[in-house]
Amino acid sequence: MPLVKQGRITTDLFVHVADGAELPGDGAVLVTAERFLADPEALLRRTGKVGVIWPNNRSLDELVPHLDRLASVALVFPTFRDGRAYSQARLLRERHGYDGELRATGQILRDQFVFMARAGFDAFEVKKDADADAFAATMKRYSVFYQPTGDGRVTALNRRMQLRHSESAGQ
Amino acid sequence: MYAYDELDRTLINERVSEFRDQVKRRLSGELTEDEFKILRLQNGVYLQLHAYMFRVAIPYGTLSSKQLRRLAHVARRYDRGYGHFTTRQNIQFNWIKLAELPDALADLAEVGIHAMQTSGNNMRNVTSDQWAGVAPGEIEDPRIWSELIRQHTTLHPEFSFLPRKFKIAITAAEHDRAAIKIHDIGLRLHKNADGETGFEVLVGGGLGRTPFIAKTIKPFVPGRDILSYIEAILRVYNQYGRRDNIYKARIKILVHELGIEKFAKEVEEEWKAMGDVGLTLDHAAIEEVRSRFSYPAYEKLPHMPDELKQAAHDKLFERWRKNSVSPHKVQGYSIVTLSLKPVGGPPGDATAEQMDAVADLADKYSFGEIRVGHEQNLALPHVAKRDLPALFKALDRLGLATPNVNLVTDIIACPGLDYCSLANARSIPIAQELTRRFANHDTADLIGRLHINISGCINACGHHHVGHIGILGVEKNGEEFYQITIGGRADENAQLGTLIGPAVPYAEVADVIEDIVEAYLALRDRPEELFVDTVKRLGVEPIRERVYATR
Repeated sequence: MPLVKQGRITTDLFVHVADGAELPGDGAVLVTAERFLADPEALLRRTGKVGVIWPNNRSLDELVPHLDRLASVALVFPTFRDGRAYSQARLLRERHGYDGELRATGQILRDQFVFMARAGFDAFEVKKDADADAFAATMKRYSVFYQPTGDGRVTALNRRMQLRHSESAGQ
Repeated sequence: MYAYDELDRTLINERVSEFRDQVKRRLSGELTEDEFKILRLQNGVYLQLHAYMFRVAIPYGTLSSKQLRRLAHVARRYDRGYGHFTTRQNIQFNWIKLAELPDALADLAEVGIHAMQTSGNNMRNVTSDQWAGVAPGEIEDPRIWSELIRQHTTLHPEFSFLPRKFKIAITAAEHDRAAIKIHDIGLRLHKNADGETGFEVLVGGGLGRTPFIAKTIKPFVPGRDILSYIEAILRVYNQYGRRDNIYKARIKILVHELGIEKFAKEVEEEWKAMGDVGLTLDHAAIEEVRSRFSYPAYEKLPHMPDELKQAAHDKLFERWRKNSVSPHKVQGYSIVTLSLKPVGGPPGDATAEQMDAVADLADKYSFGEIRVGHEQNLALPHVAKRDLPALFKALDRLGLATPNVNLVTDIIACPGLDYCSLANARSIPIAQELTRRFANHDTADLIGRLHINISGCINACGHHHVGHIGILGVEKNGEEFYQITIGGRADENAQLGTLIGPAVPYAEVADVIEDIVEAYLALRDRPEELFVDTVKRLGVEPIRERVYATR
């Protein structure tokens, strides 16, 4: 499963460690929320970055106190029709100021890339190679956006008002 | 009319190109049918019994003549020469070929029409009063707000994969023609004590197998805050709405399970926590959208022109005028409803020829504008009264002057088992039979306002729960049976109907309806007492007794 990060297919430095499996001595790991919450300090003390896979039906309240020490948060799309993680992503980015890697994992197709990027995701575990290859092109598919999100893209309404302002200023 | 600018046009063209890619990937096998299903639904494409069905958005039911002609073109070129107007002011085509869909969408995009979010678990077409902007006594034109909400909810990055579909309706008139109380969010535009414009926000209405009338969650949300408030509702729903059972996934179930107070509290907390996220609509933003709506340059016309006086002796004209012509806010003008419910016809269908002809009539008599109402009729919203006689003649020739608006034969019906793979029973033939039974206009006039709504299954696309008489098709041992309710209504006094008795087989439905109507005529207080008011006054029992006494 290719990982797309910063717009390119890259090697995944994080190792998914299953519950109960032994942690590698060093290197970056992604662990489940249960494993992380059982003993966050022990995990954060080891050398190597730590990321947490956060389920889409779990409140973010337990995660928020640890955000500044996490290298990655992976939010889950069990199927691509389940959109709960979009709300979690926006809350992490826009309300809790999380600025580390925000990873989308699960059933990820190219058809979600723009929505995900707008919600704050910057890393994507893409299901199909062809979709990962199409990432850059897909991200250019839309140039007009109706809603403001934390991604800073200017909305259609604001563009219109800017245009109107510059027109009236030029008269 | 709202005029698209370059940005709106660009967006829908970008959506067409994305959909073209999705269809290509499906046809090449790159996408599985399961994956493609979700993607096609997001663009209005269903797989029905015989073919793909394609639903096209008509935001808040407003069309230009140019757009209507293009819909006629799609009907002719890609379908079988007709289209079906729906209870959410959209139009659907029943015989579309998948490979041709992207071209049909591209043709529509040229005139600013799209099919985004006309199905799927996302925010559907925002609907409104079909008389918006022309109804006397309106607070203000609700389409300004409809358009703001349409834009905000189109391709929303957070809310495109909700637990279930989500429908918003807006009214700004005293009489609710938009059925806001049976929507996921209903918005009633009004002014508070300080004269400020805002919304009463209702939430959790909906029909289907567990019908609910929407409840007020907040009596007044200022207009400038409406987008952030809607966003807060959606965020609560997106996170907590049920996803384990498709029949319990609508927001009405969440509201019901939490209770309206608890749900309101969750929304309020989320709304407060949001802070300023760029969603506040200042005066300039509202005016920006308002400025993109154009209004006709009405003439100063007499209240009673000579043409109307002269036509008054024509009985057919007078009957049509009294039934289908409504007061306009501007003196000398009228709103004309075009019945798509001819005797023996399927409710809501229009042929390509009719659409083209209506577009021409709109150009000639209605400043090029057409409306679609949730009752599945069309309207010409700005007709000068002096033109009414000429318009009547033209509509009559087209079969669009049936004087049955709001009468017993103005039936709302879903496509039913003739088209739909979900249906248990046929709807259209029941409607057709009823229009024949009540074909005599004098009888229909005598009966007065009476809404019959028919659904072919529990999903309630024909709004049977809120019909004055509701007919629901069910399946019993492989046979089509129909449950009949009375006393429902979808307006400001919205209420669910009550079952009148045991389900009846297909062949007996029209007889039972006739008996119900006869019982009403015998029981009503006076001719002005409407069917639904008689049921309210007496309850179901006296009518049940009369109808089922001999059964």
